[in-house]
Amino acid sequence: MALNGNLRDFTVTQLLNLINLASKTGTLVIEGPNETAQVAFRDGKLAHAMIGRENSGLATILHSGKLLNVSQYRAIQQRAGHVNDKELGLLLINAGYLSQEDILQSLQKNFMGVIRQLFTWVEGFFRFENDKLPPEDQINVRLDLENLIIEGSRQLREWEQLQDEIPSLEMALKFTDRPGADLKNVNLSVEEWRVVSYITPKNKISQIAKATKMDDMEIRRIVYGLIQAGLVEITRPEGAAPALAPDMFPTQDTGEQKSLINRLINRISSI
Amino acid sequence: MQTVKMVVTGPFSSGKTEFIGSVSEIDVVATERKITGTGEKEIKDATTVAMDFGRITVDEDLVLYLFGTPGQKRFDFMWEILSEGMLGFIVMIDSARPETFREARSILQTFRAYAPTPYVVAANKQDMEDAWEIEDMRNALRLDPKVKLLPCVATDLKSVKSVLLELLYSILAEMESGG
Ligand SMILES: Nc1nc2c(ncn2[C@@H]2O[C@H](COP(=O)(O)OP(=O)(O)OP(=O)(O)O)[C@@H](O)[C@H]2O)c(=O)[nH]1
Ligand SMILES: [Mg+2]
Repeated sequence: MALNGNLRDFTVTQLLNLINLASKTGTLVIEGPNETAQVAFRDGKLAHAMIGRENSGLATILHSGKLLNVSQYRAIQQRAGHVNDKELGLLLINAGYLSQEDILQSLQKNFMGVIRQLFTWVEGFFRFENDKLPPEDQINVRLDLENLIIEGSRQLREWEQLQDEIPSLEMALKFTDRPGADLKNVNLSVEEWRVVSYITPKNKISQIAKATKMDDMEIRRIVYGLIQAGLVEITRPEGAAPALAPDMFPTQDTGEQKSLINRLINRISSI
Repeated sequence: MQTVKMVVTGPFSSGKTEFIGSVSEIDVVATERKITGTGEKEIKDATTVAMDFGRITVDEDLVLYLFGTPGQKRFDFMWEILSEGMLGFIVMIDSARPETFREARSILQTFRAYAPTPYVVAANKQDMEDAWEIEDMRNALRLDPKVKLLPCVATDLKSVKSVLLELLYSILAEMESGG
């Protein structure tokens, strides 16, 4: 069923992460205290974003992106009210006025601005409407979410929350083998790159912090961003304890241990 | 007589006591208390304060104990003690209360850091109408695809059995891989 909840429990960044990981198609609707935002995704990529109903038309976006001056903007508003965004885009391109590239970039910039605004929302209810996409006549973009996620994660400042997300610095990190999680396409900061360069299951997070001269808070924040973006995951440090603890069985004989587990399996199956 | 133990952990009210009660041959020695705090009281009336304790006798020589951790955060000093020498652990999560997922992640990471033992995650209360789907939960909980995330209904014995069995299979697999 539904992917829904409260922004107090899920940050917008975490929602983007969910959508990205599951390559979802549909619209994320967030009802804030004053306004409602609608963000559409196709296959886990950003397609469209708007807050409220106004200021979301192509002409307005191009105008605020300084691709249309005031009088052009007014003319369009007055005389082309019946023309939808796709048609307007085509008209502008055919008139040699703007390139397709100009238009798409302008839209991307605007949608990213909407997402950045959403990062500041801390109150509100969200729901994800599967398969709902913006109306046909609007122009969509296709933007990878990783960079936005990394950006949003950098804004998580609360110590307590970071402590919750990464309770132990005695664990190690490894790169995820998720397809599409490609470090080359992500804009990492210098600090993030420094941390990344030490990531191997052999290094505990505490050791990486020491090597990069970061305090607990700084290292947690950076690691959290990388986890959020789906680039790394927490793992047990390699070469530390073996995967099974010696004190978990009443006997040290591995044959007896296996027999014990098999007896448990038989017993529970028969309940 | 040999004894082994498994730990059932997870956020407040996720269904730990219910889970253990479903398979235990003794009444769960749950140390339940009436809840006084108003916020938690809205969710349920009684909570586990020290731990739950259930038992499954395998044969004359072997007994499995199931320990449930107290769900409220102020009892987390008990966790490390309970996790000593466990065969494996189960993290119970209420699939219909996404507001607990963050805490569930935290509990999971904390237990992983205590002990290298195998574990499974039970997406409990899957019978509820507003339960999240397994794949969305996997992502929200940031579970590696290799980690078993099992749909569960703690009131249903069959479902509880299959969660316990999956944990045992994981332990066996770990042994076979020479862990
Ligand atoms: N519908 C449904 N209800 C469940 C399920 N499992 C548990 N419950 C109910 O959820 C409530 C909480 O279950 P408990 O077993 O007390 O949870 P707990 O994890 O032991 O709680 P604490 O000890 O307070 O942390 C109870 O009312 C249970 O009857 C389930 O699978 N489905
Ligand atoms: Mg309980």
